[in-house]
Amino acid sequence: MEPMTETCETIPVQSNVIVIDRLCKGCGICVDFCPTKALKGSNKLTPLGSPIPTLERPENCVKCEICEMLCPDYAIFVVK
Amino acid sequence: MKHPLMKYLREDWFPTVLCAGCGDGTVLQCMLRAIDEKNLDISQVVFVAGIGCHARLGTGYIAADSMWTLHGRAMPIATGIKLVNSNLHVVVLTGDGDCGAIGLSHFVHAARRNIGIVTVCFNNGIYGMTGGQVAPTTPKGTYTKATPYGNLEPTLDLCSLAQTAGATYVARWTTAHPRQLTKSIKRAFEKKGFSFVEAVTQCPTYYGRYALGTTSPSEMLRWFLRNSVTVERAKNLGQDDLIGKITIGEFVDVEKPELANEYRLQTAAKTQPHKDVNETIRQSPNDATTPR
Amino acid sequence: MADHHRRHSLMQGSEACAEGAILAGCRYFAGYPITPATEIAEALAMKMPEVGGIFIQMEDEIASITSVIGASWAGAKAMTATSGPGFSLMQEGIGLAVMTETPCVIVDVQRLGPCQGFATVPMQGDVMQARWGSHGDSRSTICLAPASPQEMFDLTVEAFNLSEHFRTPAIVLSDEIVAHMRERVIIPPAEELAIENRKRPPPSAEGFNMHRLTPGVVTPMPALGMGYKMNIMGHLRTDEGRVNIPPQEVPQLAFRLLSHLSKKVSPSGWKTQRVKTLFTEDSEILFVSYGSPSRTVESAVKQARKAGIKVGCVRLVTLWPFPEDELKKTLEDVENVIVVEMNLGQIVEKVKELVRDRVKVTHVPKVGDLHTTEELLDYVKGTTR
Repeated sequence: MEPMTETCETIPVQSNVIVIDRLCKGCGICVDFCPTKALKGSNKLTPLGSPIPTLERPENCVKCEICEMLCPDYAIFVVK
Repeated sequence: MKHPLMKYLREDWFPTVLCAGCGDGTVLQCMLRAIDEKNLDISQVVFVAGIGCHARLGTGYIAADSMWTLHGRAMPIATGIKLVNSNLHVVVLTGDGDCGAIGLSHFVHAARRNIGIVTVCFNNGIYGMTGGQVAPTTPKGTYTKATPYGNLEPTLDLCSLAQTAGATYVARWTTAHPRQLTKSIKRAFEKKGFSFVEAVTQCPTYYGRYALGTTSPSEMLRWFLRNSVTVERAKNLGQDDLIGKITIGEFVDVEKPELANEYRLQTAAKTQPHKDVNETIRQSPNDATTPR
Repeated sequence: MADHHRRHSLMQGSEACAEGAILAGCRYFAGYPITPATEIAEALAMKMPEVGGIFIQMEDEIASITSVIGASWAGAKAMTATSGPGFSLMQEGIGLAVMTETPCVIVDVQRLGPCQGFATVPMQGDVMQARWGSHGDSRSTICLAPASPQEMFDLTVEAFNLSEHFRTPAIVLSDEIVAHMRERVIIPPAEELAIENRKRPPPSAEGFNMHRLTPGVVTPMPALGMGYKMNIMGHLRTDEGRVNIPPQEVPQLAFRLLSHLSKKVSPSGWKTQRVKTLFTEDSEILFVSYGSPSRTVESAVKQARKAGIKVGCVRLVTLWPFPEDELKKTLEDVENVIVVEMNLGQIVEKVKELVRDRVKVTHVPKVGDLHTTEELLDYVKGTTR
């Protein structure tokens, strides 16, 4: 059983949003529905080759939680 | 840092076996968020599922008492549980095929007798687990593996049926409305009687491909948003305008005597008044002999 | 309500069954009306509320058996009663009870079949179905065959005890005659009844694994809502309750689970191998029967003995697991066996299997009514001629 990896998306300040790479299936819902276009598919891929999202424009994130609520896989959530 | 709802889940079982973008995960999340926001003790919640993608997800992955049972038969199983221990929050997880086809009779009777269970119906409009066959909720004309020349049968409106059968709370939302879905599930937990929350969920692998011509979950969610009509608006639309639309909102929210409670009252009148009926019927954990 | 003395009543078999259920601790009954089993439901509809239990008439037999399973997991001893057509409907549910190791009792008051047959007429056509009825080689049902209203009481209590002990469904395989006849039934005071409850796990869920298979051990059974986070399922699983099993591991895992489920009710050395014998010590001809025809058999045996014919009888009380050891012992020195059953021949095949060519096995099938003493004596004379 591989250890769970967490990714903090902004350095060094803590991120608004955390993506758990291990759980992401790359469905793209969060990227497509982020109302401020803060998320984007990164170069990291899931085992089946789909892009894992990253908080590309952290300054846009308003912590609306739409990504968290729509994700079917608990792979992305807002830091409360 | 963990996902706020991971505390209810068996983390090492994830990622799930469900398809990427399947809306069932979103519905489950709304359910767990509802439980979390209502501060329910998860040890007092029992999930009873039938067979289907919803059941594969809703049992095992959740770190709580769950029963993965027979196709269409979650409702009577849940009825037995609730009658014996009415202190439990009994949740039925079902699908559109599970409760709209094989389990239809049990669905109607559970609603009719108003047994206090919360039902969440994962309606993806197709039989997903078995590879994409027509369901009672698949629109007429759809090409599926079981209807390669086009589905000839009209659909069944599960919420309408629940309402007619006597459910005390009936609501429908889609996975594109997670806040409202969560709120409705919370409301369902507050109800004493039979609650039915239908969650229209995206199946990008089959329904999307066969009925909508897309395998993109985002496309399907946008389709849900474009084609959802609220209950209030639907009142002013004709039958023709509603074809292909998903009516969302709360259809019923009433109170009626709940069955397990009715049993308590009737039974209490027949047995010795001071006995707690709940305790009488359940075996006490450390008893060597049965209560007489 | 406590009975401080032995109660003697003239009681119908069905009512005695209901009494047995109550005294065994049954507190949940779900059923659907069906001739000739309806009286059991009606008796329990009256009695259940009096003891603080639940009686519910469900919408069909499938809902009945499945709600019984739910009730059992919630902590109650639970039962349903039906006849052939309903028993057929319940098979998937019985399979679920087997696969989830759910204690429950199913009473099947057999009637003429197949299909609707003739509702008010007896038959013993469900014997094989009681063992093999559910799909997938689920052979761990226990089956008892009462031959009198007294046994309707005794064996219903026994069925609950066995079901709780082995965590498996127990079937009381009655028939229309035994269920509808009235005879004296002696009901002992509650303190004298040996009642067995399912083994409970330790109070803390810590370290308890409901799926771990230990050969020869029946896992303790928590109830829902006790905080054990149980995932109860009709699906194949590993010892950790995982269902994502690599294909190459499935055959061995499945064989292990199925063997465990079937072996746990294996008859060797276990008290459920119940047979009742009469004049078997010096018999040259033996009748083998179960249920209501046994009464005629006994009568024929007594008459034949008066005429100097060395005949005896064995009545199977346990049908499944088949009481091979007991029966083998009894048939050791016998050359002629006459199997009497109200069907076209079900248990006779098991008897033939047991004795092979060593013993001549004659079969007296009949459906729709009891055999008469004359018919049976003719067979005896036929074998002695």
